[in-house]
Amino acid sequence: MRMTTRNVTLTRALRYKGQGPMLTFILHRLGGLGMAVFVTIHILSSFLGGTLGVHLNGIYESWGFQIVIFFFVMFHIINGLRIAVLDLWPSLLVYEREAVWVEWPVFLATYGFAVLVIIRAGLGS
Amino acid sequence: MDTKPRTLRLSERGLNFEMLLWLFARLSALAIYVLLLIGLIGAFIMGARTQMNFADVMRWSFMPTVTHVQNTNVPELAPWIRGFWKVIGSALVLTAMTHGARGLVVIADDYIVSVRGRLIVRITGVVVLVAMCIIGLYVVLTA
Repeated sequence: MRMTTRNVTLTRALRYKGQGPMLTFILHRLGGLGMAVFVTIHILSSFLGGTLGVHLNGIYESWGFQIVIFFFVMFHIINGLRIAVLDLWPSLLVYEREAVWVEWPVFLATYGFAVLVIIRAGLGS
Repeated sequence: MDTKPRTLRLSERGLNFEMLLWLFARLSALAIYVLLLIGLIGAFIMGARTQMNFADVMRWSFMPTVTHVQNTNVPELAPWIRGFWKVIGSALVLTAMTHGARGLVVIADDYIVSVRGRLIVRITGVVVLVAMCIIGLYVVLTA
């Protein structure tokens, strides 16, 4: 049987209080989408080269952009490990909220340090 | 509230193509972690500790291609351009691209619900995936 319509309205979906796991779900999607767009354009610009390619890769190497893409990548990597481990060992799923709590300090530490380094390199110190 | 995990036996779960793709997403993720770790450890063996900053080491680990170390203090590019890194980079292109294409189809499925629409999404996904794998391999192998 195939569903052909969603039975949840947009306003109801927005009021859904999924809390911690829901936030990671949204950020995981956002990060995945961001990476897909970034990686595709990055590969195409490297492939095509020329003025446009050099210009696009120049944007990617700027520290402002690096901070954004590092957020997408780091969150997707750390949250993805949690998803893979919990899904492949489903008996651990009872601890999903605790696992989400653990992943935030890990993410903030690695991402925060990366941002610090990127900004310092960007300021040329 | 029942907090016990409701696990079904494998035969009751319906092991179809979509289920295999679901499994692929998890397993390819684990494979990508291994490839990133190889890049990370390799960078330190080649002297990244004193020649590159934290963000540059991570950038290299995400995709171990020589263009990602050209703007660092690495004095000798030769070790970073070896065939081994082309193999790791190519493996990363193939696993990450397939993982990503499957992910985009999953997201599209949440908004495109007609049978016809989903078929179009899948065909587009496969075409884009094959094209981007070929272009990606070309970029990695000729860098």
